Formats: sequence, structure tokens, C-alpha cells
Amino acid sequence: MKRFASLLAFALVIAAHGASAQTLKAVTDRGILNCGANGTLAGFGLPDAQGKWTGLDVDVCRAIAAAVFNDASKVKFVPLSAKDRFTALQSGEVDVLVRNTTWTSSRDSSLGLSFTGVDYYDGQGFMVRKSLKVNSALELGDASVCVQQGTTTELNLADYFHAHNMKLKSVTFATANEAVKAYDAGRCDAYTTDASGLYAERLRLANSNDHIILPEIISKEPLGPAVRQGDDKWFTVVKWVLFAMINAEELGITSKNVDEMMKSTNPDVKRFVGTEGNYGEQIGLTKDWAVRIIKLVGNYGEVFERNVGQGSPLKIDRGLNKLWNKGGIQYAPPVR
Amino acid sequence: MPTDLPAGSPPVRVAFYNDPKVRSIAYQVTLCVIVGFLVFAAFRNAIYNLERAHIASGFGFWEHTAGFDISQTLIQFDSATSSYGRAFWVGLLNTLLVAGLGIVFATILGFIIGIARLSTNWLVAKAASGYVETIRNLPLLLQLLFWYNAVLKALPAIRESFVVPGGIYLNNRGLFIPQPIFQSGFGWVPIALFVGIVGTIVYYVRARRKQERTGEQAPVFLVGLALVIGLPLIVFAIARFPLAFDYPKANRFNIAGGIEVLPEFAALLFGLTIYTAAFIAEVVRAGISAVTRGQTEAAYSLGFRPGPTLRLIVVPQAMRVIIPPLTSQYLNLTKNSSLAVAIGYPDLVQVFTGTVLNNTGQAVEVVAITMAVYLTISLVTSLGMNIYNSRIALVER
Repeated sequence: MKRFASLLAFALVIAAHGASAQTLKAVTDRGILNCGANGTLAGFGLPDAQGKWTGLDVDVCRAIAAAVFNDASKVKFVPLSAKDRFTALQSGEVDVLVRNTTWTSSRDSSLGLSFTGVDYYDGQGFMVRKSLKVNSALELGDASVCVQQGTTTELNLADYFHAHNMKLKSVTFATANEAVKAYDAGRCDAYTTDASGLYAERLRLANSNDHIILPEIISKEPLGPAVRQGDDKWFTVVKWVLFAMINAEELGITSKNVDEMMKSTNPDVKRFVGTEGNYGEQIGLTKDWAVRIIKLVGNYGEVFERNVGQGSPLKIDRGLNKLWNKGGIQYAPPVR
Repeated sequence: MPTDLPAGSPPVRVAFYNDPKVRSIAYQVTLCVIVGFLVFAAFRNAIYNLERAHIASGFGFWEHTAGFDISQTLIQFDSATSSYGRAFWVGLLNTLLVAGLGIVFATILGFIIGIARLSTNWLVAKAASGYVETIRNLPLLLQLLFWYNAVLKALPAIRESFVVPGGIYLNNRGLFIPQPIFQSGFGWVPIALFVGIVGTIVYYVRARRKQERTGEQAPVFLVGLALVIGLPLIVFAIARFPLAFDYPKANRFNIAGGIEVLPEFAALLFGLTIYTAAFIAEVVRAGISAVTRGQTEAAYSLGFRPGPTLRLIVVPQAMRVIIPPLTSQYLNLTKNSSLAVAIGYPDLVQVFTGTVLNNTGQAVEVVAITMAVYLTISLVTSLGMNIYNSRIALVER
């Protein structure tokens, strides 16, 4: 019912005035960033018992707050389900959506959203019980699969089974929590979502060792932050916050050494930290915008390792998410 | 107005703007225009804002390929070729299925509980009132979650299914029963059933006339039973049992074939029935209590036994009180079925305002269509109940 009310509110908002076009000004005036986050996915967005949020996506929001306010704590996280997230962004309830959301053409066009980049290159996989003795997703014909509603996952699943002439029995749930619970209760043979999500959810199962993740990755899932269309200034800010985090890793600037780097004579670093030029002001921020991000939140590598990599319980290999010059595909345009 | 006008003089002419009739029409027209303008302005604004936000609008999505799978489909639905429009119909039919069955079961259970609450048997009456007080005071969503989890947890895993002889399987994936396949010659059975029903009606009418004429009663129930059930059975036997079954069979992961009743459906139907029956029980109790004790006593003094007294005297009068609030309960049940979204049953709200809305991003259109559908279902239900109500209403002479 709450969801219905929010949809109705959305219809009213749309009917009344539409969402503001000057998001950066609105955020600055408000003094806090409203960030649409996951809320139930370890490694990407999850509040702990004290209400402190952690995750890769969460840190991207913190980085935006750091760049705008020089205070990474000025973020209000709004937990959103997969199917309500776009409505929340469209209606202006949140300023930016960083909720392990896949960048697709229809979301970029008919939903009125703009994806600003990719903070995690992911792909969809399957988790099954070891006792089923399944070694490949291609053996899943006739299997029941639990899936979360309103996701690209739901669509890829139907496509994959159709493409391989396998019969699918999907059971669709509104939230990932319910889908995982039903899988755990034996309602389904398999649970499917993005591979990163599978690792995170597996940790929460009663006996995580009884479950395996199948080797097949059946889709491309570039996950990234999204903003509303029609506000180029805000789009640029969000886009460059993520680029700054990736560039910092490439330049070797970390939260530990960023103060020393201020004295660097390397022209790339000087432009980045703002001791040369006024690139931050051109974006609509301050000269030291990138330094704020790195000092208060960290570079991409630090954020990755802390939330989903070796420094986290998930221990996900960086794989595709390594920098372009280290064998991955994470790449950011230069600051200049 | 002056009252001392001479007879036959023309009526006094009042300026038209002072005529109360003209005035009240003018006020109403003005109000309608204002409301109409507000609706129009909101509509135009919405379109403008959607365009400005680059959100697609219109109903073009109806024909687009859906691309997702639905667990329970009463009509053919294929993720790779079926459209969003088709998904809408699948969702709507699922809603109507659970609401229709829910109404039937809740009515039966509600009447039983309601009458039980008035029973002179202490234990029966207390058990019924305990049921009502517990069930109607707990939130429905909570009950649905309870039933769903109870169903999933209580039933055995797929490999340890209960197997009922005759090819019925029960496990936490659902109930699987053999699906009848009609073979040639089966067509005579429904014809026999139809003949049986018509015969019963004819017999009933004649028995009624005979009773009015002579006072003799005829065994309508037994004859009707023989005609409606016996006749088709005999025809079925003569045609040498033209019926085969598609038996459910276990494959590697699941049980395939046969008719499948999903646990989501069972939990939703169960939850809605139990919940609404508690309210219907109260409606029924109120209705029966509204018939004065004198009616029963009068019937007894005329020599009626308790059964016919209830059936012929009390219930027909109680129905007049019962029907209007019963209609509200039916409407509530239909609307409450949208809570299916919490337990993964693919009803209209789950499929259409869930997946379709999310994939198309067209919240305004999708929500408007859904509201229109619920409104239509509710109005049709009310209409049917109102017609029934006016037929049984007290005819005053």
C-alpha cells in the first residue's frame, strides 16, 4: 500500500509541477544529498545495526556529498526496492540513484534517466544447492528459479531459458529478501541475480557452504549511478565524481597520501588535486573537489576492496573491475 | 410571494437570476466547469512534465514484447513473444480467479461461523467467537505472510513429496493433480448434465404446484440428485469412460504435467478466505439477530421444525440486512487480493504495476489502468449485489 501511495504521489507531483531541473542548487540549499540506495545488499548498500550504511554504491553517494559539501556524512540514504527505484528518482524523492542498477538503452531513453558511468561491471549468474549436483546453468531446464521483480535479471532469465530451449518455472518476488528466503525454504531450485549479489546473498543463507554459484555469466550488467534527464549540470557533477575516484587510483592517489600529493610536481596530479587550473569550478564544484572525495571517501580501488574485495567478507575478485592498464576495463577520461 | 393575488391573474414574474431553480442549476454548472478545468489542467500539465522529463507516455507499450516469465498463466503466455497487454490479461485473470474463489469460500465459511456463533452449544459458540475475534484483529498482510511461510515450511521438499495414490503429489512447490483429457464421446456427458438440470427444474416446479394443490411433498432433493449426477454418470459409462488423465511425473527438478496449484496461490486464497470469513460471520450474525425472536416463535407455534424455520422464515428476512454489508466484504476481498505482491502470486498489481511499470517506466498510465480495472470489478460486483438485494427486498403493499 505504501508503494501505491508513493506511485500516487508521483502522479500528483508529475501533474503539479514536475521535478526540479536545478538539482545541484537544490542539494546545496537543502544541505543534504538524498541518495537512492539498496538497503538489503551487502557490499553495495546495507545499513548495520547502528544505522551506519556501508557499500560500494553507498560510498559513491558519500563521494558526491564530499565533493559538494566537503562532508561525506551529509547524505540521507533512501532504501528502495528494485521496482520502486525509478519512480523515486523520476519524482525527485532522491537526487541520485546508486542502487546496483544496470545501464540499459530503454532506461536511458523511455524512463527519462541518464546513467553517469559504471561503478561495477557485473553479470548475471545462478546459485543452486550443491546436493542437486548441477554443474552448469545449461542443466537447469524445468527448474524453478526464484528472482526479484523489476530487474534486468528477470528479463535475462526468460531470454536465457528461451534461447537454450529450456523450460522455465520462475517465481517472482517484490524484493530480493523474499526471493532469497523462498529459495532457502526450498521453493526454488535456483536463485538468480547479478554475480556480486549472489556472493553477498550466499553469505546470509543458513548454511552458505551448501550452495554453489554456477560458472555461467549469462548477461552484461554494467551497474552505475543514474540521475534524471534534463539537468546537465548535475549529470556532469555525478559523472565526474566517479571518474575522479577511478583517476585517483590510476594516479596512485589514496586517502592516505592525498596530502603529500598536493605538493606533487606531476602535471596530471596537479590538475587533479587542483593546484593547477580550475577544473573543479568548471564542473560547478570547488578547486579541491577531487581532494575532498579522496580524503573523505577514498579512490576507486580502496572503496572496492573495502566493500566487496579482499577487505570485505565477500572477497570478490576485481576481474573486469581492474583498471584498464591492469587488465580490467575500468577507465575514466582525464581531468584537464 | 404575495398571497393575496386575485384569482386568475398571471403569476408574478421574478427576474431569472432570482429564480432558485435557475440559480441552483447555475451553481452546479459552474462547479462542474471548475472541476473539469482542474482535471484538464492536471492532465495537460502531466503530459507536459513527462515530456520535459523525457519519460515516455501514451499506450504504445501495450503491444511491445514483455520478455519476462509469469509463474501462473490461465491463458497462453510466452515470455519471448507475448506483449505487455497479454501480461495485463494474465494478471487480471489471476486476480479474478483468486477473488472469485475467495468470495465463494469466504461466504460458505462465513455463514457457517456466523450461525455457529449463535449456536446454543456453548463450545461451538465460543470457538466461533474466538475465531472471529482472533482473525479480524490481525492485519491481513501479516496473516498472508504467516500462511505463506507456514505452507512452505510445513510441506515436504520436492523429493520427499506426499504421494496420494492416484497420481497426486503435494510438496512445497505446490499441489499437483492429474489433468483430465477428454476423449471423443465425452461430449455426451455435459449434454446429459444439462438434461439432468433441466429435468430437475421441471420436476421442482411440478412438485411445488402439487404441494400447493394437495399439500403433499415430493422428494425433490433425491430426484434432483439422481438426475444431475446419476444421468451423466450413466451416459459416461455407456460411452465406455472416454476420459484419460495426464499424470504429473517427477523430472530432475520438478514435477511436470497435470494441474499445478502454486503454494503462493494456495496461501493467498487461504489467507483471504479465513480473513474475510471472520467479517462475513459477523455480518451474518447481525442479520440473523435482526430477525425478531417472535418470528421464530410464531413459526414454531405453527408447527415448523427448527431446520425449515431457519431456512424459510429467518434466513430470507435476515438476507435483507446481510446483503449490503456483505457486498462491502466482497469488494474488500477483491481489493485485498492485491496484497499478493508480498508473497509472489502474480496478480494484476504484481505483474502490471510491478514488472510492467518498472520495465516501461510509465507509472501514470499503468496506475491509471489498474485503478480503472479495480473500479470496474468493484462496480460490477456492487451492481450484481444491488440487483439481488432489490429482488429480495421487502415488497411493501
